[in-house]
Amino acid sequence: MTARTGILVALLLLLAAVPPVAALLNEPFYLDLLRRVMIFAIAAISLNLILGYGGMVSFGHAAYLGIGAYAVGVLDHHGISNGWLQWGIAVGASALIAAAIGSISVRTSGIYFIMITLAFTQMLYYLGVSLAEYGGDDGLRLKMRSQLSGLIDLNDATAFYYLVFAILVLFLYVTHRLVNSRFGQVLQAVRSNEARTRAIGISPYPYRLAAFVISGAMCGLAGALLANQTSFLTPEFMNWTRSGELMFMVILGGIATTAGPLLGAAALLLMEDLLQGWSVLPKWVHEHWQLYLGVILVLVVLFARRGLAGLLPGKNE
Amino acid sequence: MNLVLVAEQTLNGLQLGVMLFLLAAGLTLVFGIMNLVNLAHGALYMVGAYLTTWFYQNTGSFALAVALGLAGTLVVGIVVELVALRTLYERDHLDQVLATFGLILFFNELVAILWGRSAIYSTLPPYLSGHVELFGTMRYPLYRLVIIGIGMAVAVLLWFVVSRTRLGMLIRAGASNRAMVAALGVDIRLLYTIVFGFGAALAGLAGLLAGPIFAVQPGMGELILIQVFVVIVIGGIGSIRGAFAGALIVGMVDTMGRAFLKPVLSALISPAAGDAAGPALASMLIYLLMAAVLAFRPEGLFPSRGS
Repeated sequence: MTARTGILVALLLLLAAVPPVAALLNEPFYLDLLRRVMIFAIAAISLNLILGYGGMVSFGHAAYLGIGAYAVGVLDHHGISNGWLQWGIAVGASALIAAAIGSISVRTSGIYFIMITLAFTQMLYYLGVSLAEYGGDDGLRLKMRSQLSGLIDLNDATAFYYLVFAILVLFLYVTHRLVNSRFGQVLQAVRSNEARTRAIGISPYPYRLAAFVISGAMCGLAGALLANQTSFLTPEFMNWTRSGELMFMVILGGIATTAGPLLGAAALLLMEDLLQGWSVLPKWVHEHWQLYLGVILVLVVLFARRGLAGLLPGKNE
Repeated sequence: MNLVLVAEQTLNGLQLGVMLFLLAAGLTLVFGIMNLVNLAHGALYMVGAYLTTWFYQNTGSFALAVALGLAGTLVVGIVVELVALRTLYERDHLDQVLATFGLILFFNELVAILWGRSAIYSTLPPYLSGHVELFGTMRYPLYRLVIIGIGMAVAVLLWFVVSRTRLGMLIRAGASNRAMVAALGVDIRLLYTIVFGFGAALAGLAGLLAGPIFAVQPGMGELILIQVFVVIVIGGIGSIRGAFAGALIVGMVDTMGRAFLKPVLSALISPAAGDAAGPALASMLIYLLMAAVLAFRPEGLFPSRGS
């Protein structure tokens, strides 16, 4: 086991230990906060697959968070609370829409790709706003959380926590395997040099599109989890700032690393939480925390180019 | 359908179009020449709107406020370029997107600190308010006609500067081969700062013109910025001609969609369908248009010839 894997395992063990510790301290708030961190980590892992390993700068990844959340919310609104069905549709619909958006955007690269993914997400955002039946601007409150045949009760904070944790571990493992498979190697080859990849007889398009769809589907599940986390959903889930935050998580944690998205999601969300609520900080920080977050963001991009994972021992993948 | 309404909406579309053009021109120039993706362009639009509104409230003279607002946005733009963006030109697009995203958060919060989070409304001086009679039967707000006039004048001026002056020659040369321009002894950093400041001033102009029509509030820049992205993707990135064509197309399609899609769908299919799908489709229309353009011409309608 390398030092890096060791740190990742230690981090996961730490996360696994949160519920008993939170119960001991009688601070259920931490459970909620870290569950949120893990859900965003899942979304960031999915983005890292295309952004980090595929070199596709998707500025529209929040779209799939929204689609996943709306799949749960819309079915719930019509009285269907079966979680297997809701989550299946969340993943399926995300994959389908990712395929549609991807088939157009993956042909392009660079700045076009950034703007197109952003624009399509904005389109879905406005679609959400105009769906008056499902709350429009104000959003939709879930009647009940997804029902998983009585196996896991999502109203039980600890059970929900461990379910999210299990999905996180599974996704970490799956992306790790995917990235090191032939498929992942081709994806990374296209990122490093598209012309050479073509020259050895590989057409990049199907690989990039497949990665885009897989990534969208994974993020759709994160969206379904997020809707259950908040018991509420709004078009704001698809807001372009959300896409920016997801990108920032990946960069902050360390792009194209296994642990990066988890580190980045944890760092960003905990930092937001501290800036907003930490009583040690003066009130003027709480009120305008986004100002400081913006400055931190600019500084990280300008000076800490390898992200948090770059600080860890061992070579960068 | 009533002709007056169509004429009125055409003018509204034109007005939105020139506003988008003012923003798109700066953004596309900065991208074409410095290869910089500047998300904070919308923040400069917001700064222009706030500064002008604030100066107008404090000086009481609209003309003076416009001049100060433009100059102020120019200065803010140049400072941002010198402090933050300069180091980003050589970075990849991802870094540029994130750093300018950080700048957006910073500016939105900064104006919230200075002027509060709620929208402020700017008024018009008496000589710009009121309506004019057009074609005998139609009354149209004078100010909106003024915006169209200014936008068209800026378009002509830009065309003149870019294609007929020495500065324009350097801009075109910089867009097609930066290294060569620098090798010929042109101070490329100064050129970048000038172009960026120029783009910032255009964004500020769009913002100050928008002030009296839209609500001036934090985040106003991003709402329009994403439409501007659609404009330059449709027009072809780096091309001013493309920005102009794209802006008018997007302005027109968006305005017409919002005005007529609902009644047309109601008439063609059913009133229920019109009510349900009309507004949703209208807000998605420009993005669908973008997808259609990209499917047939991935480079946009007027790709720039440089590099």
